[in-house]
Amino acid sequence: MRFMVLVPGDEGYEEGRMPSQQELATMGKFNEELVKAGVMLAGEGLHPTKKGAKLVFGQGKPRVVDGPFAEAKEVLGGFWLIQTKTREEAIEWMSRAPFPPGTTLVLRQVFDPSDFAASDPTGELRAKEAELRKKIETRG
Amino acid sequence: MADARATIEAIFRIEWPKLVAGLARITRDVGTAEELAQDALAAALEEWPAAGVPDKPGAWLMATAKNRAIDAVRRGKVFERKQNEIGALTPDAVAPDFDEAIDDDVGDDLLRLVFVCCHPILSPDARVALTLRLLGGLETGEIARAFVAPEPTIAQRIVRAKRTLADAHVPFEVPRGEDRAERLASVLEVVYLIFNEGYSATAGDDWVRPALCEDALRLGRVLAELAPDEPEVHGLVALMEIQASRLGARVGPSGEPILLLDQNRARWDRVLIGRGLAALARAEAISAPRGPYVLQAAIAACHARAPTADATDWRRIADVYAELAGVAPSPIVELNRAVAVSMAEGPGAALAIVDAIAEHPSMRDYHLLPAVRGDLLAKLGRRDEARAELERAASLTKNERERAMLLERARQV
Repeated sequence: MRFMVLVPGDEGYEEGRMPSQQELATMGKFNEELVKAGVMLAGEGLHPTKKGAKLVFGQGKPRVVDGPFAEAKEVLGGFWLIQTKTREEAIEWMSRAPFPPGTTLVLRQVFDPSDFAASDPTGELRAKEAELRKKIETRG
Repeated sequence: MADARATIEAIFRIEWPKLVAGLARITRDVGTAEELAQDALAAALEEWPAAGVPDKPGAWLMATAKNRAIDAVRRGKVFERKQNEIGALTPDAVAPDFDEAIDDDVGDDLLRLVFVCCHPILSPDARVALTLRLLGGLETGEIARAFVAPEPTIAQRIVRAKRTLADAHVPFEVPRGEDRAERLASVLEVVYLIFNEGYSATAGDDWVRPALCEDALRLGRVLAELAPDEPEVHGLVALMEIQASRLGARVGPSGEPILLLDQNRARWDRVLIGRGLAALARAEAISAPRGPYVLQAAIAACHARAPTADATDWRRIADVYAELAGVAPSPIVELNRAVAVSMAEGPGAALAIVDAIAEHPSMRDYHLLPAVRGDLLAKLGRRDEARAELERAASLTKNERERAMLLERARQV
Protein backbone atom coordinates (compact mmCIF):
# COMPACT_ATOMS: atom_id res chain seq x y z
CA MET A 1 0.00 0.00 0.00
CA ARG A 2 1.05 3.56 -0.58
CA PHE A 3 1.03 6.60 1.59
CA MET A 4 1.49 10.23 0.82
CA VAL A 5 3.33 12.00 3.63
CA LEU A 6 2.66 15.72 3.85
CA VAL A 7 5.45 17.79 5.35
CA PRO A 8 4.74 21.26 6.74
CA GLY A 9 7.01 24.17 5.95
CA ASP A 10 9.16 24.96 8.95
CA GLU A 11 10.41 28.18 10.62
CA GLY A 12 11.33 30.71 7.97
CA TYR A 13 10.00 28.54 5.20
CA GLU A 14 7.93 31.19 3.46
CA GLU A 15 10.88 33.59 3.61
CA GLY A 16 12.83 31.01 1.62
CA ARG A 17 15.16 29.91 4.40
CA MET A 18 17.34 27.10 3.02
CA PRO A 19 18.12 24.14 5.26
CA SER A 20 21.56 24.04 6.87
CA GLN A 21 24.25 21.59 5.76
CA GLN A 22 23.57 19.59 8.89
CA GLU A 23 19.83 19.45 8.23
CA LEU A 24 20.42 18.41 4.64
CA ALA A 25 22.85 15.71 5.69
CA THR A 26 20.53 14.31 8.36
CA MET A 27 17.50 14.32 6.09
CA GLY A 28 19.63 12.93 3.28
CA LYS A 29 20.61 9.99 5.44
CA PHE A 30 16.97 9.32 6.29
CA ASN A 31 16.01 9.45 2.61
CA GLU A 32 18.82 7.02 1.89
CA GLU A 33 17.36 4.57 4.40
CA LEU A 34 13.98 4.81 2.68
CA VAL A 35 15.58 4.15 -0.70
CA LYS A 36 17.71 1.26 0.57
CA ALA A 37 14.65 -0.37 2.05
CA GLY A 38 12.74 -0.11 -1.22
CA VAL A 39 10.13 2.05 0.53
CA MET A 40 10.72 5.39 -1.18
CA LEU A 41 8.69 6.03 -4.29
CA ALA A 42 9.01 9.77 -4.58
CA GLY A 43 9.88 12.77 -2.48
CA GLU A 44 10.05 16.43 -3.33
CA GLY A 45 10.35 19.82 -1.69
CA LEU A 46 8.03 22.64 -2.63
CA HIS A 47 8.95 26.27 -3.27
CA PRO A 48 7.44 28.88 -0.92
CA THR A 49 3.93 29.91 -1.86
CA LYS A 50 5.04 33.13 -3.55
CA LYS A 51 6.02 31.05 -6.58
CA GLY A 52 2.70 29.27 -6.63
CA ALA A 53 -0.85 30.11 -7.58
CA LYS A 54 -4.36 29.28 -6.57
CA LEU A 55 -7.15 28.43 -8.99
CA VAL A 56 -10.54 29.30 -7.57
CA PHE A 57 -13.28 27.51 -9.46
CA GLY A 58 -16.64 29.16 -9.84
CA GLN A 59 -18.84 29.82 -12.87
CA GLY A 60 -16.84 29.85 -16.09
CA LYS A 61 -13.07 29.76 -16.00
CA PRO A 62 -11.35 29.51 -12.60
CA ARG A 63 -10.02 32.68 -11.01
CA VAL A 64 -6.25 32.86 -10.60
CA VAL A 65 -4.75 34.08 -7.33
CA ASP A 66 -0.97 34.47 -7.32
CA GLY A 67 1.05 33.56 -4.27
CA PRO A 68 2.15 34.30 -1.58
CA PHE A 69 -0.80 32.95 0.36
CA ALA A 70 -0.41 35.01 3.47
CA GLU A 71 -3.52 33.58 5.02
CA ALA A 72 -2.30 29.96 4.97
CA LYS A 73 -1.48 28.91 8.53
CA GLU A 74 0.11 25.62 7.71
CA VAL A 75 1.96 25.71 4.46
CA LEU A 76 2.89 22.49 2.72
CA GLY A 77 6.67 22.31 2.41
CA GLY A 78 7.09 18.97 0.72
CA PHE A 79 5.88 15.42 0.42
CA TRP A 80 6.92 11.83 0.21
CA LEU A 81 5.23 8.97 -1.55
CA ILE A 82 6.14 5.70 0.18
CA GLN A 83 5.23 2.05 -0.28
CA THR A 84 4.87 -0.31 2.65
CA LYS A 85 3.06 -3.55 3.36
CA THR A 86 0.99 -2.13 6.19
CA ARG A 87 -0.17 1.15 7.68
CA GLU A 88 1.88 0.42 10.81
CA GLU A 89 5.07 0.12 8.78
CA ALA A 90 4.40 3.44 7.08
CA ILE A 91 3.92 5.04 10.48
CA GLU A 92 7.03 3.37 11.89
CA TRP A 93 9.17 4.50 8.96
CA MET A 94 8.02 8.09 9.15
CA SER A 95 8.50 8.11 12.95
CA ARG A 96 12.18 7.78 12.16
CA ALA A 97 12.23 10.99 10.12
CA PRO A 98 14.55 13.61 11.66
CA PHE A 99 12.10 16.44 12.32
CA PRO A 100 12.36 18.93 15.19
CA PRO A 101 9.83 18.96 18.03
CA GLY A 102 6.60 20.69 17.05
CA THR A 103 6.49 19.19 13.55
CA THR A 104 3.37 17.33 12.50
CA LEU A 105 3.51 14.99 9.52
CA VAL A 106 0.26 13.94 7.90
CA LEU A 107 0.04 10.45 6.39
CA ARG A 108 -2.67 9.74 3.84
CA GLN A 109 -3.24 6.41 2.12
CA VAL A 110 -3.19 6.54 -1.69
CA PHE A 111 -5.81 4.71 -3.73
CA ASP A 112 -4.46 1.58 -5.44
CA PRO A 113 -5.71 0.02 -8.66
CA SER A 114 -6.88 -2.88 -6.51
CA ASP A 115 -9.22 -0.51 -4.67
CA PHE A 116 -11.10 -0.22 -7.93
CA ALA A 117 -10.71 -3.87 -8.83
CA ALA A 118 -13.05 -5.78 -11.06
CA SER A 119 -13.50 -9.48 -10.55
CA ASP A 120 -12.42 -12.31 -12.77
CA PRO A 121 -15.53 -14.48 -12.80
CA THR A 122 -14.59 -16.69 -15.73
CA GLY A 123 -10.95 -17.09 -14.72
CA GLU A 124 -9.88 -15.86 -18.12
CA LEU A 125 -7.67 -13.10 -16.81
CA ARG A 126 -5.84 -15.75 -14.87
CA ALA A 127 -5.51 -17.80 -18.05
CA LYS A 128 -4.35 -14.81 -20.05
CA GLU A 129 -1.70 -14.05 -17.50
CA ALA A 130 -0.59 -17.67 -17.41
CA GLU A 131 -0.01 -17.30 -21.14
CA LEU A 132 2.00 -14.16 -20.51
CA ARG A 133 4.00 -15.95 -17.89
CA LYS A 134 4.85 -18.72 -20.32
CA LYS A 135 6.00 -16.10 -22.79
CA ILE A 136 8.18 -14.49 -20.19
CA GLU A 137 9.63 -17.75 -18.99
CA THR A 138 10.53 -18.96 -22.44
CA ARG A 139 12.00 -15.59 -23.25
CA GLY A 140 15.07 -16.42 -21.23
CA MET B 1 -2.01 -3.53 23.98
CA ALA B 2 -3.15 -4.39 20.46
CA ASP B 3 -1.64 -1.15 19.15
CA ALA B 4 1.69 -1.85 20.81
CA ARG B 5 1.77 -5.28 19.23
CA ALA B 6 1.01 -3.94 15.75
CA THR B 7 3.78 -1.35 16.11
CA ILE B 8 6.23 -3.95 17.37
CA GLU B 9 5.37 -6.24 14.47
CA ALA B 10 5.86 -3.37 12.04
CA ILE B 11 9.27 -2.67 13.54
CA PHE B 12 10.08 -6.30 13.29
CA ARG B 13 9.13 -6.54 9.63
CA ILE B 14 11.36 -3.56 8.94
CA GLU B 15 14.33 -4.91 10.90
CA TRP B 16 13.93 -8.61 10.04
CA PRO B 17 16.11 -8.99 6.92
CA LYS B 18 19.05 -7.09 8.44
CA LEU B 19 18.68 -9.06 11.65
CA VAL B 20 18.66 -12.41 9.88
CA ALA B 21 21.54 -11.37 7.64
CA GLY B 22 23.71 -10.20 10.53
CA LEU B 23 23.03 -13.36 12.51
CA ALA B 24 23.65 -15.51 9.45
CA ARG B 25 27.09 -14.01 9.08
CA ILE B 26 27.89 -14.84 12.68
CA THR B 27 26.42 -18.33 12.77
CA ARG B 28 27.19 -19.18 9.14
CA ASP B 29 23.77 -20.82 8.97
CA VAL B 30 20.53 -19.21 7.82
CA GLY B 31 18.40 -21.68 9.74
CA THR B 32 20.04 -20.84 13.06
CA ALA B 33 19.89 -17.17 12.18
CA GLU B 34 16.15 -17.42 11.62
CA GLU B 35 15.60 -19.19 14.94
CA LEU B 36 17.62 -16.59 16.80
CA ALA B 37 15.75 -13.78 15.08
CA GLN B 38 12.43 -15.36 16.07
CA ASP B 39 13.65 -15.58 19.66
CA ALA B 40 14.47 -11.89 19.61
CA LEU B 41 10.96 -11.09 18.42
CA ALA B 42 9.49 -13.13 21.24
CA ALA B 43 11.65 -11.21 23.70
CA ALA B 44 10.57 -7.88 22.21
CA LEU B 45 6.92 -8.84 22.49
CA GLU B 46 7.49 -9.65 26.16
CA GLU B 47 9.45 -6.57 27.10
CA TRP B 48 8.60 -3.62 24.85
CA PRO B 49 4.89 -3.24 25.69
CA ALA B 50 5.85 -2.53 29.30
CA ALA B 51 9.34 -1.02 28.98
CA GLY B 52 8.62 0.92 25.79
CA VAL B 53 10.16 0.53 22.37
CA PRO B 54 13.93 1.16 22.51
CA ASP B 55 15.46 4.06 20.57
CA LYS B 56 17.37 1.73 18.32
CA PRO B 57 15.14 -1.30 17.93
CA GLY B 58 17.41 -2.97 15.36
CA ALA B 59 20.37 -2.85 17.70
CA TRP B 60 18.29 -4.10 20.62
CA LEU B 61 17.06 -7.06 18.59
CA MET B 62 20.54 -8.00 17.40
CA ALA B 63 22.03 -7.77 20.88
CA THR B 64 19.14 -9.79 22.30
CA ALA B 65 19.50 -12.46 19.64
CA LYS B 66 23.19 -12.80 20.37
CA ASN B 67 22.63 -12.91 24.13
CA ARG B 68 20.05 -15.63 23.80
CA ALA B 69 22.36 -17.64 21.61
CA ILE B 70 25.13 -17.42 24.20
CA ASP B 71 22.74 -18.38 27.01
CA ALA B 72 21.53 -21.36 25.05
CA VAL B 73 25.04 -22.59 24.41
CA ARG B 74 25.89 -22.14 28.11
CA ARG B 75 22.84 -24.11 29.18
CA GLY B 76 23.86 -26.85 26.79
CA LYS B 77 20.67 -26.37 24.81
CA VAL B 78 20.96 -27.92 21.40
CA PHE B 79 20.12 -25.98 18.28
CA GLU B 80 19.09 -27.91 15.24
CA ARG B 81 21.93 -26.48 13.27
CA LYS B 82 25.68 -26.23 13.75
CA GLN B 83 25.77 -25.05 17.34
CA ASN B 84 29.57 -25.10 17.30
CA GLU B 85 29.34 -22.01 15.14
CA ILE B 86 27.63 -20.16 17.94
CA GLY B 87 30.83 -20.59 19.95
CA ALA B 88 32.01 -17.65 17.87
CA LEU B 89 29.72 -15.52 20.02
CA THR B 90 31.48 -14.40 23.17
CA PRO B 91 30.06 -11.82 25.60
CA ASP B 92 32.62 -9.40 24.17
CA ALA B 93 31.13 -9.83 20.74
CA VAL B 94 27.81 -8.55 22.00
CA ALA B 95 27.87 -4.78 22.01
CA PRO B 96 24.62 -2.99 22.89
CA ASP B 97 25.27 -0.47 20.19
CA PHE B 98 26.78 -2.80 17.64
CA ASP B 99 25.10 -0.75 14.99
CA GLU B 100 28.06 1.61 15.22
CA ALA B 101 29.44 -0.90 12.74
CA ILE B 102 29.61 0.68 9.34
CA ASP B 103 26.48 0.44 7.21
CA ASP B 104 28.62 -1.33 4.66
CA ASP B 105 28.61 -4.41 6.87
CA VAL B 106 24.86 -4.51 6.94
CA GLY B 107 24.71 -4.09 3.18
CA ASP B 108 27.26 -6.82 2.66
CA ASP B 109 25.39 -9.19 4.95
CA LEU B 110 22.10 -8.53 3.18
CA LEU B 111 23.72 -9.19 -0.16
CA ARG B 112 25.21 -12.41 1.17
CA LEU B 113 21.79 -13.46 2.40
CA VAL B 114 20.27 -12.72 -1.00
CA PHE B 115 22.79 -14.89 -2.80
CA VAL B 116 22.44 -17.75 -0.32
CA CYS B 117 18.64 -17.77 -0.46
CA CYS B 118 18.79 -17.86 -4.25
CA HIS B 119 21.50 -20.49 -4.47
CA PRO B 120 21.12 -22.69 -7.57
CA ILE B 121 21.46 -25.83 -5.45
CA LEU B 122 17.87 -25.12 -4.39
CA SER B 123 14.92 -25.61 -6.70
CA PRO B 124 13.30 -22.38 -7.97
CA ASP B 125 10.30 -23.04 -5.71
CA ALA B 126 12.57 -23.45 -2.71
CA ARG B 127 14.54 -20.32 -3.56
CA VAL B 128 11.32 -18.33 -3.87
CA ALA B 129 9.95 -19.58 -0.55
CA LEU B 130 13.21 -19.02 1.32
CA THR B 131 13.70 -15.56 -0.19
CA LEU B 132 10.19 -14.49 0.72
CA ARG B 133 10.65 -15.84 4.24
CA LEU B 134 14.10 -14.53 5.09
CA LEU B 135 14.31 -11.40 2.94
CA GLY B 136 10.68 -10.54 2.42
CA GLY B 137 9.76 -11.27 6.01
CA LEU B 138 6.58 -13.03 4.94
CA GLU B 139 5.09 -15.59 7.31
CA THR B 140 4.84 -19.17 6.08
CA GLY B 141 1.06 -18.82 5.92
CA GLU B 142 1.32 -15.72 3.75
CA ILE B 143 3.69 -17.46 1.36
CA ALA B 144 1.34 -20.43 1.18
CA ARG B 145 -1.63 -18.21 0.34
CA ALA B 146 0.44 -16.30 -2.18
CA PHE B 147 1.30 -19.47 -4.09
CA VAL B 148 -2.01 -21.18 -3.44
CA ALA B 149 -0.23 -24.07 -1.73
CA PRO B 150 -0.90 -25.79 1.59
CA GLU B 151 0.95 -24.20 4.46
CA PRO B 152 2.64 -27.43 5.58
CA THR B 153 4.01 -27.84 2.06
CA ILE B 154 5.60 -24.41 2.18
CA ALA B 155 6.87 -24.97 5.72
CA GLN B 156 8.47 -28.24 4.66
CA ARG B 157 9.92 -26.63 1.57
CA ILE B 158 11.62 -23.98 3.71
CA VAL B 159 12.88 -26.51 6.25
CA ARG B 160 14.35 -28.67 3.50
CA ALA B 161 15.90 -25.66 1.77
CA LYS B 162 17.72 -24.64 4.92
CA ARG B 163 18.88 -28.22 5.48
CA THR B 164 20.14 -28.48 1.88
CA LEU B 165 22.16 -25.30 2.31
CA ALA B 166 23.60 -26.55 5.61
CA ASP B 167 24.43 -30.02 4.33
CA ALA B 168 26.14 -28.60 1.27
CA HIS B 169 28.05 -26.16 3.48
CA VAL B 170 27.03 -23.31 1.22
CA PRO B 171 29.26 -20.46 2.35
CA PHE B 172 27.70 -17.24 3.55
CA GLU B 173 29.40 -15.03 1.02
CA VAL B 174 28.91 -12.91 -2.07
CA PRO B 175 30.12 -14.78 -5.15
CA ARG B 176 32.81 -13.11 -7.18
CA GLY B 177 34.55 -13.83 -10.44
CA GLU B 178 33.18 -16.40 -12.85
CA ASP B 179 30.47 -17.57 -10.51
CA ARG B 180 28.96 -14.17 -10.03
CA ALA B 181 27.09 -13.74 -13.31
CA GLU B 182 25.35 -17.09 -12.99
CA ARG B 183 24.57 -16.60 -9.31
CA LEU B 184 23.20 -13.12 -10.00
CA ALA B 185 21.04 -14.50 -12.79
CA SER B 186 19.61 -16.94 -10.27
CA VAL B 187 18.78 -14.09 -7.89
CA LEU B 188 17.09 -12.06 -10.60
CA GLU B 189 15.15 -15.12 -11.72
CA VAL B 190 13.77 -15.59 -8.20
CA VAL B 191 12.70 -11.96 -7.90
CA TYR B 192 11.06 -12.01 -11.31
CA LEU B 193 9.28 -15.28 -10.52
CA ILE B 194 7.78 -13.64 -7.44
CA PHE B 195 6.77 -10.63 -9.50
CA ASN B 196 5.09 -12.73 -12.17
CA GLU B 197 3.18 -14.73 -9.62
CA GLY B 198 1.82 -11.44 -8.37
CA TYR B 199 1.29 -10.04 -11.86
CA SER B 200 -0.70 -13.10 -12.89
CA ALA B 201 -2.90 -12.84 -9.81
CA THR B 202 -6.33 -11.43 -10.44
CA ALA B 203 -8.46 -9.03 -8.46
CA GLY B 204 -10.54 -11.86 -7.08
CA ASP B 205 -7.52 -13.48 -5.45
CA ASP B 206 -6.47 -13.33 -1.81
CA TRP B 207 -4.80 -9.92 -1.33
CA VAL B 208 -1.42 -11.50 -0.69
CA ARG B 209 -1.17 -12.58 -4.32
CA PRO B 210 -1.26 -9.20 -6.05
CA ALA B 211 0.84 -7.88 -3.18
CA LEU B 212 3.61 -10.16 -4.44
CA CYS B 213 4.34 -7.55 -7.12
CA GLU B 214 5.03 -5.05 -4.36
CA ASP B 215 7.19 -7.60 -2.53
CA ALA B 216 9.19 -8.30 -5.67
CA LEU B 217 9.55 -4.62 -6.47
CA ARG B 218 10.73 -3.92 -2.96
CA LEU B 219 13.28 -6.75 -3.14
CA GLY B 220 14.44 -5.52 -6.52
CA ARG B 221 14.86 -1.97 -5.26
CA VAL B 222 16.76 -3.17 -2.22
CA LEU B 223 19.00 -5.23 -4.49
CA ALA B 224 19.61 -2.20 -6.71
CA GLU B 225 21.07 -0.38 -3.70
CA LEU B 226 23.08 -3.42 -2.58
CA ALA B 227 24.54 -4.06 -6.03
CA PRO B 228 24.39 -0.70 -7.80
CA ASP B 229 27.06 -1.63 -10.32
CA GLU B 230 25.04 -4.46 -11.85
CA PRO B 231 23.10 -3.22 -14.87
CA GLU B 232 20.87 -6.30 -15.02
CA VAL B 233 19.61 -5.57 -11.51
CA HIS B 234 18.53 -2.08 -12.58
CA GLY B 235 17.13 -3.61 -15.76
CA LEU B 236 14.95 -6.00 -13.80
CA VAL B 237 13.76 -3.23 -11.51
CA ALA B 238 12.96 -1.08 -14.55
CA LEU B 239 11.01 -3.93 -16.14
CA MET B 240 9.01 -4.57 -12.98
CA GLU B 241 8.28 -0.88 -12.32
CA ILE B 242 6.97 -0.44 -15.86
CA GLN B 243 4.94 -3.65 -15.86
CA ALA B 244 3.49 -2.75 -12.48
CA SER B 245 2.52 0.63 -13.88
CA ARG B 246 -0.10 -1.14 -15.98
CA LEU B 247 -1.78 -3.07 -13.14
CA GLY B 248 -4.68 -0.67 -13.05
CA ALA B 249 -5.34 -0.83 -16.79
CA ARG B 250 -5.25 -4.56 -17.49
CA VAL B 251 -8.76 -5.50 -16.53
CA GLY B 252 -11.99 -4.33 -18.13
CA PRO B 253 -15.31 -3.57 -16.44
CA SER B 254 -16.56 -7.15 -16.67
CA GLY B 255 -13.23 -8.61 -15.66
CA GLU B 256 -11.98 -9.25 -19.15
CA PRO B 257 -8.26 -8.89 -19.82
CA ILE B 258 -7.21 -5.89 -21.90
CA LEU B 259 -4.21 -6.18 -24.19
CA LEU B 260 -1.45 -3.63 -23.81
CA LEU B 261 -2.24 -1.88 -27.09
CA ASP B 262 -5.89 -1.53 -26.11
CA GLN B 263 -5.30 -0.27 -22.58
CA ASN B 264 -6.44 3.13 -21.38
CA ARG B 265 -3.07 4.80 -20.90
CA ALA B 266 -4.55 7.36 -18.53
CA ARG B 267 -4.69 4.46 -16.09
CA TRP B 268 -0.97 3.76 -16.34
CA ASP B 269 0.82 4.76 -13.15
CA ARG B 270 3.11 7.63 -14.09
CA VAL B 271 5.08 7.45 -10.84
CA LEU B 272 6.07 3.88 -11.59
CA ILE B 273 6.80 4.65 -15.23
CA GLY B 274 9.07 7.48 -14.11
CA ARG B 275 10.84 5.14 -11.72
CA GLY B 276 11.16 2.49 -14.40
CA LEU B 277 12.67 4.89 -16.91
CA ALA B 278 15.07 6.17 -14.24
CA ALA B 279 16.14 2.62 -13.39
CA LEU B 280 16.67 1.88 -17.07
CA ALA B 281 18.79 5.01 -17.44
CA ARG B 282 20.82 3.87 -14.46
CA ALA B 283 21.36 0.49 -16.09
CA GLU B 284 22.39 1.99 -19.39
CA ALA B 285 24.78 4.44 -17.73
CA ILE B 286 26.89 1.45 -16.76
CA SER B 287 28.95 0.63 -19.78
CA ALA B 288 28.37 -2.99 -20.59
CA PRO B 289 26.61 -4.83 -23.35
CA ARG B 290 22.90 -4.80 -22.59
CA GLY B 291 21.65 -7.99 -20.96
CA PRO B 292 18.22 -9.64 -21.24
CA TYR B 293 16.52 -7.74 -18.41
CA VAL B 294 17.82 -4.38 -19.57
CA LEU B 295 16.63 -5.17 -23.11
CA GLN B 296 13.20 -6.31 -21.97
CA ALA B 297 12.99 -3.14 -19.91
CA ALA B 298 13.98 -1.07 -22.94
CA ILE B 299 11.10 -2.63 -24.87
CA ALA B 300 8.69 -1.96 -22.02
CA ALA B 301 9.99 1.61 -21.89
CA CYS B 302 9.15 2.13 -25.57
CA HIS B 303 5.54 1.28 -24.81
CA ALA B 304 5.56 3.34 -21.64
CA ARG B 305 6.83 6.43 -23.47
CA ALA B 306 4.17 6.30 -26.17
CA PRO B 307 1.22 8.54 -25.24
CA THR B 308 -1.03 6.44 -27.50
CA ALA B 309 -0.71 3.02 -29.09
CA ASP B 310 -0.37 4.68 -32.49
CA ALA B 311 2.62 6.67 -31.28
CA THR B 312 4.58 3.52 -30.43
CA ASP B 313 8.13 3.47 -31.75
CA TRP B 314 7.94 0.06 -33.39
CA ARG B 315 11.24 0.49 -35.24
CA ARG B 316 13.02 0.88 -31.96
CA ILE B 317 11.17 -2.06 -30.42
CA ALA B 318 12.04 -4.24 -33.39
CA ASP B 319 15.70 -3.26 -33.07
CA VAL B 320 15.77 -4.05 -29.37
CA TYR B 321 14.16 -7.42 -29.99
CA ALA B 322 16.90 -8.08 -32.53
CA GLU B 323 19.47 -7.25 -29.88
CA LEU B 324 17.63 -9.49 -27.39
CA ALA B 325 17.68 -12.30 -29.93
CA GLY B 326 21.44 -11.98 -29.99
CA VAL B 327 21.72 -12.18 -26.21
CA ALA B 328 18.93 -14.56 -25.20
CA PRO B 329 17.64 -16.18 -28.37
CA SER B 330 14.35 -18.03 -28.31
CA PRO B 331 11.41 -18.59 -30.64
CA ILE B 332 9.26 -16.39 -28.39
CA VAL B 333 11.68 -13.52 -28.83
CA GLU B 334 11.56 -14.06 -32.59
CA LEU B 335 7.77 -14.10 -32.56
CA ASN B 336 7.63 -10.85 -30.63
CA ARG B 337 10.25 -9.41 -32.94
CA ALA B 338 8.10 -10.39 -35.89
CA VAL B 339 5.14 -8.48 -34.48
CA ALA B 340 7.28 -5.38 -34.00
CA VAL B 341 8.81 -5.74 -37.48
CA SER B 342 5.37 -6.02 -39.04
CA MET B 343 4.38 -2.73 -37.41
CA ALA B 344 7.65 -1.05 -38.39
CA GLU B 345 8.27 -2.47 -41.88
CA GLY B 346 5.26 -4.38 -43.00
CA PRO B 347 3.87 -7.91 -42.92
CA GLY B 348 6.16 -9.39 -45.57
CA ALA B 349 9.36 -8.98 -43.58
CA ALA B 350 7.58 -10.20 -40.46
CA LEU B 351 6.25 -13.32 -42.16
CA ALA B 352 9.77 -14.42 -43.05
CA ILE B 353 10.71 -14.26 -39.37
CA VAL B 354 7.66 -16.28 -38.30
CA ASP B 355 8.23 -18.92 -40.96
CA ALA B 356 11.79 -19.38 -39.76
CA ILE B 357 10.62 -20.44 -36.29
CA ALA B 358 7.41 -22.25 -37.21
CA GLU B 359 8.97 -25.70 -37.00
CA HIS B 360 10.60 -25.18 -33.63
CA PRO B 361 9.31 -27.84 -31.18
CA SER B 362 8.13 -25.28 -28.65
CA MET B 363 6.09 -23.51 -31.33
CA ARG B 364 4.24 -26.58 -32.56
CA ASP B 365 1.26 -26.29 -30.23
CA TYR B 366 1.68 -22.65 -29.30
CA HIS B 367 -1.45 -20.84 -30.43
CA LEU B 368 0.15 -17.42 -30.71
CA LEU B 369 2.33 -18.49 -33.61
CA PRO B 370 -0.51 -19.28 -36.03
CA ALA B 371 -2.39 -16.29 -34.58
CA VAL B 372 0.42 -13.94 -35.53
CA ARG B 373 0.96 -15.72 -38.84
CA GLY B 374 -2.74 -15.46 -39.62
CA ASP B 375 -2.78 -11.71 -38.97
CA LEU B 376 0.26 -11.23 -41.20
CA LEU B 377 -1.27 -13.28 -44.02
CA ALA B 378 -4.48 -11.29 -43.75
CA LYS B 379 -2.50 -8.06 -44.08
CA LEU B 380 -0.85 -9.50 -47.17
CA GLY B 381 -4.22 -10.25 -48.72
CA ARG B 382 -3.69 -14.03 -48.56
CA ARG B 383 -7.12 -14.47 -47.07
CA ASP B 384 -7.74 -18.20 -47.36
CA GLU B 385 -4.40 -18.98 -45.74
CA ALA B 386 -5.03 -16.35 -43.08
CA ARG B 387 -8.40 -17.84 -42.22
CA ALA B 388 -6.90 -21.32 -41.92
CA GLU B 389 -4.14 -20.12 -39.62
CA LEU B 390 -6.50 -18.21 -37.33
CA GLU B 391 -8.80 -21.21 -37.10
CA ARG B 392 -5.80 -23.36 -36.25
CA ALA B 393 -4.80 -20.90 -33.57
CA ALA B 394 -8.33 -21.04 -32.16
CA SER B 395 -8.12 -24.82 -31.96
CA LEU B 396 -4.85 -24.64 -30.04
CA THR B 397 -5.90 -22.25 -27.30
CA LYS B 398 -7.55 -23.51 -24.14
CA ASN B 399 -8.92 -20.10 -23.28
CA GLU B 400 -12.58 -19.72 -24.25
CA ARG B 401 -12.62 -16.00 -24.82
CA GLU B 402 -9.37 -16.13 -26.76
CA ARG B 403 -10.78 -18.90 -28.97
CA ALA B 404 -13.90 -16.86 -29.64
CA MET B 405 -11.77 -13.83 -30.47
CA LEU B 406 -9.60 -15.81 -32.90
CA LEU B 407 -12.59 -17.38 -34.61
CA GLU B 408 -14.12 -13.93 -34.95
CA ARG B 409 -10.93 -12.62 -36.52
CA ALA B 410 -10.96 -15.59 -38.91
CA ARG B 411 -14.54 -14.74 -39.92
CA GLN B 412 -13.64 -11.14 -40.56
CA VAL B 413 -10.76 -11.92 -42.91
